[in-house]
Amino acid sequence: MVSNVWLVLLFPLVGFLWCVFFGRLWPRLSGWIAVLMVGLSFVSAVSVLVGVLALPANDRLRVGELYPWISSGAVSIPLNIFVDPLASVMIVVVTGVAFLIHVYATGYMSGDPGYGRFFAYMNLFVFSMLLLVLAGNFLLLMVGWAGVGLCSYLLIAFWFEKPEAAAAGVKAFVVNAIGDAGLILAASLILITFKSLDYVTVFRVAKTTVTLGSGEITAITLLLLVAAVAKSAQLPLYVWLPDAMAGPTPVSALIHAATMVTAGVYLIARASPLFTLAPFTMTVIAWIGAITALFAATIGLVKPNIKRVLAYSTVSQLGYMFLAVGVSAFGAGIFHLMTHAFFKALLFLGAGAVIHALDGEEDMRNMGGLRTRMPLTYVTFLIAALAISGFPLLSGFYSKDEIISLAFTSPRGSVILGVIALFTAGLTAVYIFRVVFVTFHGKSRVSHHLSEHLHEPGMAMALPLVILAVLAAIGGYVQFPGEGFVDFLQPSFSTFGVTPAVEQGLNVGLAAASIVLSVGGILIAYLIWGQSLVTAENLGKMFAPIRTVLLNDYGIDALYSMTIVALARGLGRLFADIFDGLILNGIIDSLAGLVSGLSVVIAKLETGYVRSYAVAVLAGAILIVAFMARGGL
Amino acid sequence: MLAPLPHYLILSALLFTIGVFGFLYRKNPLIMFMSIELMLNAANLTFVSFARYLGSLNGQVIVFFVMTIAAAEVVVGLGIIVSIFRARADIDVDDVHLLKD
Repeated sequence: MVSNVWLVLLFPLVGFLWCVFFGRLWPRLSGWIAVLMVGLSFVSAVSVLVGVLALPANDRLRVGELYPWISSGAVSIPLNIFVDPLASVMIVVVTGVAFLIHVYATGYMSGDPGYGRFFAYMNLFVFSMLLLVLAGNFLLLMVGWAGVGLCSYLLIAFWFEKPEAAAAGVKAFVVNAIGDAGLILAASLILITFKSLDYVTVFRVAKTTVTLGSGEITAITLLLLVAAVAKSAQLPLYVWLPDAMAGPTPVSALIHAATMVTAGVYLIARASPLFTLAPFTMTVIAWIGAITALFAATIGLVKPNIKRVLAYSTVSQLGYMFLAVGVSAFGAGIFHLMTHAFFKALLFLGAGAVIHALDGEEDMRNMGGLRTRMPLTYVTFLIAALAISGFPLLSGFYSKDEIISLAFTSPRGSVILGVIALFTAGLTAVYIFRVVFVTFHGKSRVSHHLSEHLHEPGMAMALPLVILAVLAAIGGYVQFPGEGFVDFLQPSFSTFGVTPAVEQGLNVGLAAASIVLSVGGILIAYLIWGQSLVTAENLGKMFAPIRTVLLNDYGIDALYSMTIVALARGLGRLFADIFDGLILNGIIDSLAGLVSGLSVVIAKLETGYVRSYAVAVLAGAILIVAFMARGGL
Repeated sequence: MLAPLPHYLILSALLFTIGVFGFLYRKNPLIMFMSIELMLNAANLTFVSFARYLGSLNGQVIVFFVMTIAAAEVVVGLGIIVSIFRARADIDVDDVHLLKD
């Protein structure tokens, strides 16, 4: 039922509160309650989706007002919940994947001293994301948006006693703050331009009054884009995501699959009525997406840390989603968002199982040959790798193929965008199968004492792997039966006059090309890392300069630390030493000196002799009597 | 035949002044307590004189309150004096001035 949507929000909030108050007292119980709450939230989300499906196709938008929140003059902002096909799909994906990750985390995090705290953050994370998705106006969206940013900080820096984890948390928070600033400015501009923050009002007014490509709508959408780029880790603000690997692996899975990075894509899809009015912004989005996809895929080829490769893979796949929404293929973008949630969560959980078995080892150079020791992990990881490479008949094939073909054929698309998308698809297959071969095939490079303890993950970790493997394999088929996935999303955009680009039948030539590229990529990876036809060492030597550039992220991190970080440091020093140290501290110190000086004088009045107090009392009494004798004032 | 009101008031004022100066000049806490009692009773005398003069019971009632408070105060005060005496074997009030710091 659609009216049950508030339950979706309520359960994770309850779980969060429980874990906050009782997580330390009963960690195991609190963990299970957190899992249960996300599970119940998932059930409610499914019932909402079913309820939306039961509504007539052209009338699937429901806005419910919980209570009036801010009412000031002409502006009134209620706390309203917005349900439409897009939101209902999102909440099902978010809660579903989050539920599996929670189950997995009960196994992965067992024995951690911060067990209860971990699940408190996780539930708050899910709640914030759901609030972001279900918000009915830009202000409430901002609350969820900031909540997601906060939780990512808390969870990335979960092992805060490790300096690099704490630093990574701060980095994520700072980069996200840039996006938050963009969102705040965008919302302010929207309020000034449309006199409202409510989605329905804003989109309706925009449709009728705004001219295509006018200055203000371009400014609004560019600011929204800044927010989306920061949250979804696109160029040039992607830098926080690879570092975010310092957090526990379930957190990485949650951030990458369900709750965090998809928010940017969702924001663009949600605000599509505004974005379609600004062709310039759309072009920027498409190009950011395409370049990021290619850029991150190339870096993924060389990184030795298994989780980092997956992180760059996420950046690259999000680039695909940006490319999709940039060419107005909103449905295709959300479709890829969903399939990506399945296989990326699976990749991370699989990597987590390996890391768990190897006692925290994340460097692929110290793995190898795990196929025989961890067959279940290997098979599920392989399915996810095939899915992300776009191997035929698996989920990633359908969603990625749709994006590639729309990059060519959409009115906003172009041949260059399409070629970049196609080429990146091939690269994707290479880098992900590099992980597969280096980690699971070949000779074991695991140190002796670790290899004795090698084990398959326990039940709590294995079950989510299997379920996600099934979803990653068949998740693409929601596009076909009856009313297809993209058609189902259509009203979310068309209600406000947006006509998203839709694939006109299967483009056989393109499909063949992408199959050739993905299979070819897998083959190349097999030849290099599986068969050692060209050994990786030789390859590395041959392309040493390129490899160095890629290993250093094209120098972007270094560039940022030399310019922005150095500038901020300098400013911080200036304020800390001059403004805070001399001026503020001087004012406070002199005030304090004045007070303590006065108190020394006043303290002289206290002699400690009873009779001197008595004299004071007598003098006071005489004064009062004299005052009364004068007849008051 | 009763004396006129001013006599009573003058007596009361004298008693009160004796009490004030007794409190200020003596160092023995017991004497100081007696001085306080003297002041309180001077006030009592004023109350009853006025009550009689004005034909009102209010003053007489207040005297009972004053006496109750005086009794309670003596209990506390004597308790303090006894404990100081036990600790120091000397009860000169000028030696007890630790409150200063």
